Amino acid sequence: MTPTVVLPVMIGGLYAAGVYLLLDRSLTRVLLGFLLLGNATNLLVLSTGGPAGSAPILGYSEPEGFNDPLPQALILTAIVITFGVAAFLLAMIHRSWRLARNEAVGTDEEDRRVAARRALDADELDPDELAPDDRAAGHADSLHGDVEELADDIDLPAGSGSR
Amino acid sequence: MIEVLAPLPVLLPLLGAAGALLVSGHPSFQRTLSTTVLTAVLAVSVVLLFVADAEGASSVSVGGWPVPLGIVLVVDRLSALMLVVASTVALGVLVFAVGQGAADGSEETPLSIFHPTFLVLVAGVSNAFLAGDLFNLYVGFEILLMASYVLLTLGGTAARIRGGITYIVVSLTSSLVFLAAIGLVYAATGTVNMAQLAVRLGELPEGTQVLLQSMLLIAFGIKAAVFPLSAWLPDSYPTAPAPVTAVFAGLLTKVGVYAIIRTQTLLFPGGALDDLLLWAALATMVVGILGAVAQSDLRRMLSFTLVSHIGYMVFGIALGTAAGLAGAVFYVAHHIAIQTTLFLVAGLVERQGGTTNVDRLGGLARRSPLLAVLFFVPAMNLAGIPPLSGFIGKLGLLQAGVAVGSAESLALVAGGVVTSLLTLLAVARVWTRAFWRSPNQSPAEDTAGAAAADATLRRRPGPPDGAGAFDGAESADGPARTALQDAWRRHTAVATASEPDLPPAAGAVRALRPLPRTMVGATAALVVLTVALTGLAGPLYGLADRAATDLLDRTPYVSSVFGEGEVP
Repeated sequence: MTPTVVLPVMIGGLYAAGVYLLLDRSLTRVLLGFLLLGNATNLLVLSTGGPAGSAPILGYSEPEGFNDPLPQALILTAIVITFGVAAFLLAMIHRSWRLARNEAVGTDEEDRRVAARRALDADELDPDELAPDDRAAGHADSLHGDVEELADDIDLPAGSGSR
Repeated sequence: MIEVLAPLPVLLPLLGAAGALLVSGHPSFQRTLSTTVLTAVLAVSVVLLFVADAEGASSVSVGGWPVPLGIVLVVDRLSALMLVVASTVALGVLVFAVGQGAADGSEETPLSIFHPTFLVLVAGVSNAFLAGDLFNLYVGFEILLMASYVLLTLGGTAARIRGGITYIVVSLTSSLVFLAAIGLVYAATGTVNMAQLAVRLGELPEGTQVLLQSMLLIAFGIKAAVFPLSAWLPDSYPTAPAPVTAVFAGLLTKVGVYAIIRTQTLLFPGGALDDLLLWAALATMVVGILGAVAQSDLRRMLSFTLVSHIGYMVFGIALGTAAGLAGAVFYVAHHIAIQTTLFLVAGLVERQGGTTNVDRLGGLARRSPLLAVLFFVPAMNLAGIPPLSGFIGKLGLLQAGVAVGSAESLALVAGGVVTSLLTLLAVARVWTRAFWRSPNQSPAEDTAGAAAADATLRRRPGPPDGAGAFDGAESADGPARTALQDAWRRHTAVATASEPDLPPAAGAVRALRPLPRTMVGATAALVVLTVALTGLAGPLYGLADRAATDLLDRTPYVSSVFGEGEVP
């Protein structure tokens, strides 16, 4: 038996491209990345069946020459699952586009609010003792001053300025 | 008898889901159907638990295929206990959701979809608990994940789509890692049957073992939200409808913990990665709870405590002793009930107060004393105040850690105590602000004003005009800059569209809605259950002890699949 180099190279290439696309902020690219990763994993499982053999059907060929059928059964299941999830992701992308004419992964606003809080906030001060305007509750005032700083580190949808 | 009963926790919800889909035009019939099905699942699970505790582990070959070829369902003490707790909280959450649906109509939670999907979720969870081979475990995970994708994005609002996409992409990644691990396990051993793997994996070279073990642990660690793999959870859970968040918080992460238990005891008993898991547990506890203390939104705070307390379970598993495992098993059972209950209470708080932001809530204790009690008891339980079951679970884990006595385990014990105290701080902050302070300390006009100011801030279109707003913006010429600004507007629009707790207009908070009896009843029943866990702690801890002994022994599991003394 001679080991094939094609499968490992294919698997590695698909994994690399898939991970690269998955890290993008555009949802369509995320979906494509997921499809590539799914195919890479399916090839990986296929390659666990050992060297290629004849179709595992009794009477069609000798049992000694059979290819291992179990990985193929596993892949069939995995393909169906990948297909279903990809369809669902497409529906989500469509919904996101309908809602906001945009298909980038959004920012978690509450997370930003918590991260942007000053050291002196509701945790150190009793907001009830402050004038309503100074209250940390809702962070209405403290955030006004922070908006410019905040904008610096918010990522734009990737490549939107250059394309 | 067990041959008939064991497949039922998977079969019944699946058939029920089909039935619920067929009768989706008749909501009342659908409600009755799904409630009946889950009650039946609970009854079957209780019987399975008693049988498994009396007779030990047993297995069923589905379809009558000989053992290493077909799919095997294994019922041992651990999986039966998990089934009972899971179906109990699932039933409670379903009743809560029925109450919410009856009160709200189907605007936010379309019930014709909700019931079938919820039943599919329960089927997936049961399948994962019962699975006797790795690939069936993967299928169980996929069933519950597919259902959870639908549940998390119910209604399709912008916030849910945003949170849902994070959740889906992270879950997909973990599934792919798991699938690749299964492929490699099969390549190395030629089987995916867990009982057979328990024997064959031990014969592999050490490096291969560590590779397979770490891949499985990464896949399960993402699902269980163990720190560095936990960041997705507080980002995506809080946006879902209250009953959905509750059942996710209770069940989904615990399925991951269950899989970690199986990996560490049945498949790889050598404890090669125990030290790594110990440090991960410490980081999960401390980082999670520090995140919880910083939050001002009740649901986000609870999501962070969920992450943090996963650390306790991983701690018990990583100790690798019978006492540690028993503590972990007990803590899983306790935490499923307690975390589900708290998220349901958060749903009630949102109805009563109009928001879950504790900075804007106030006076709930006076306005709704029952709600205050419903929050206070499980919150103290979560923090581990004696004599509640949280204290018993934590005490068991800490004792197990001291008994091991290594430097790492002592560090974990210290971390566990600190985490417990910080949990108390986090829930006490919610209590003093949302419940205890009098309503006039957070008058409605002021909070509404603050909310309105927030709203204008968030709705402010366009980027700030100051120089340096974007990297490279200054050098861009006119059209490019306009395009950049457009992109920014779209970006902020999708990020901030339809903030769930935003008041409709300045000066008006959302009208307070009365609490429907069914919702309060379901929550109260779960609170009573969490208190009952304290009373039943003796028998339950005994059961956890026996389950832990079985887990470490491994022969009950293997011989239940292959028969006594047979070498697979």
